Amino acid sequence: MLSVQGLSKSFGGVQATRDVSIDFPKGSLSAIIGPNGAGKTTFFNLVSGAFRPDAGRVILNGQDIVGLSSLEVVRRGMARAFQVAALFPSLTVREALSAAVISHRRRSWTLLRRFPLADTAGRVDEILSLLSLEAQADTLSRNLSHGDQKLLDIALALAMDPSVLLLDEPTAGMGTEERWRMIGKVQQLWEHTGMTVLFIEHDMDIVFRIAQAIYVLKYGQVLARGTADEIRTNQDVIDAYLGTDHHVAAQAGAV
Amino acid sequence: MMRPGLARDAAVCAAGLALLLVLPLAFPQPALRDFLIYVMAYGLLAMSLNLLVGLTGLVSFGHAAYFASGAYMFGLLMQSGRVSIPVAIVATVAGTALIALVIGAICVRLKEIYFSFITLAFQMFIHSIILTWVSLTGGDQGLMGGIPRPPFLGINLNEGTALYGFCAAVFVACVLLMRQVWMSPFGYALRLIRDNPSRANFVGIDVVRAKLGIFVFAGAMASVAGVLLALFVSGAYPEFGFWTTSGEAIFMIMLGGSQLFVGPLVGAFLLQLLNRTVTIYTEHHGLVLGLVILLIVLGLRQGVGAFLFERLARRRQARR
Repeated sequence: MLSVQGLSKSFGGVQATRDVSIDFPKGSLSAIIGPNGAGKTTFFNLVSGAFRPDAGRVILNGQDIVGLSSLEVVRRGMARAFQVAALFPSLTVREALSAAVISHRRRSWTLLRRFPLADTAGRVDEILSLLSLEAQADTLSRNLSHGDQKLLDIALALAMDPSVLLLDEPTAGMGTEERWRMIGKVQQLWEHTGMTVLFIEHDMDIVFRIAQAIYVLKYGQVLARGTADEIRTNQDVIDAYLGTDHHVAAQAGAV
Repeated sequence: MMRPGLARDAAVCAAGLALLLVLPLAFPQPALRDFLIYVMAYGLLAMSLNLLVGLTGLVSFGHAAYFASGAYMFGLLMQSGRVSIPVAIVATVAGTALIALVIGAICVRLKEIYFSFITLAFQMFIHSIILTWVSLTGGDQGLMGGIPRPPFLGINLNEGTALYGFCAAVFVACVLLMRQVWMSPFGYALRLIRDNPSRANFVGIDVVRAKLGIFVFAGAMASVAGVLLALFVSGAYPEFGFWTTSGEAIFMIMLGGSQLFVGPLVGAFLLQLLNRTVTIYTEHHGLVLGLVILLIVLGLRQGVGAFLFERLARRRQARR
């Protein structure tokens, strides 16, 4: 279970996150939405330990993780995938995943044996098949298609056996059809593993279709929260975000 | 073909050692032995540096500091007359590892060009200690009086063949050790750091500690290279720790290829060969060297070793 309490952060004079408090129940699938510059990625960076908040607490499985490095946060069970897939270009999919699994099992310092360790192969195959990357296993990460790169990014996060998984725009840069395939994969993963999953998404159809809870951020604040039906009919959200196109564009321009 | 693994690499190393030992028998001129010892010492230096450059993505400009530390510590220990050669080598490697630990603990926190420059700064610091502490190091004259080589375990290194054989054995043992690190899970953790250090953190790798680990190991290996050279020339000179020595090691890596384990060794061989043949014919050997390097860099766009390896692999694949 993940609980964020009173999280705030400003950069220079800009308040990127203001007093955000959200409880994400264990095993839930939640979407973070909001216009460009609403502070969604900053929120992820604060939660995952990449940035240190000015105020507030992040409670992961009963422990305050504020101030811990991203490494320590990962070791406590929170993993993330990135908006622009962050990969290891010169390694094959299998090599990168094996190294991640070995690292998760705290065996990166193994010197006397050869890579990869035979007893991690099972877990690697499991993750490959969860994300349907078996056919790409021996492809160099840099040669993967955009969609497969995003899948590998998630696979690397999964290798950490996380209890909480943060996905920053898993469908970024994809066409409609590919988006639905990707989000189907995310939903399937979530059902299969029972993780608490948070994802940032721009496509409202996708969000309304799969998220159990939706949090709308605007100017770093939680503007609204609720189920798909509640958000769809929320007047603030309609005004601020779901309104006419020029409205959205004006806001994006303002930030 | 044997499955890639420690056993195969050990077999390759044993074959390499046998070749190194047979060569001087086939060509008994002492010049060949001398040449090969230089190639081994500088090759070891370049290969150890490549654990940082090629494997971890840390471009150290100050690696010769540990090479010099190896030569001087070993020389001073032997001149003290209290220890045998093997004990002096072990103490030298341990002592250099300690220096690398202290310097590395500061350096590995910095990134990219800042890392390069602080390693260079520490090297200049060590170089100036060597120059100014004349009573200990002999200053710019180098370690004076020669390095004694008392016999141990029935081995007398004052004899040319024995010295050569000893250097070859130590060299090959170090290569095997580095190869094991290169292919170990630790070696792959270092590749993750090279490719994407911030992401490596997010897959649970302690980036700073891993960098420090390889920094110390690379320093220790460089000190062995220094020991070999000191043993051979029976002295130690401030040039060992000057930035040009570090630069030469980077040169060797570029010449041979950084992504191939033996690349730097190929580079060391080529550079020594060029140095020797060119200086016979002209005083302007810098000019020729520069041209050759330009040709390789612009013509092949990769190290010679990497180039040959790729061609070989392609041919092997075509045959299948």
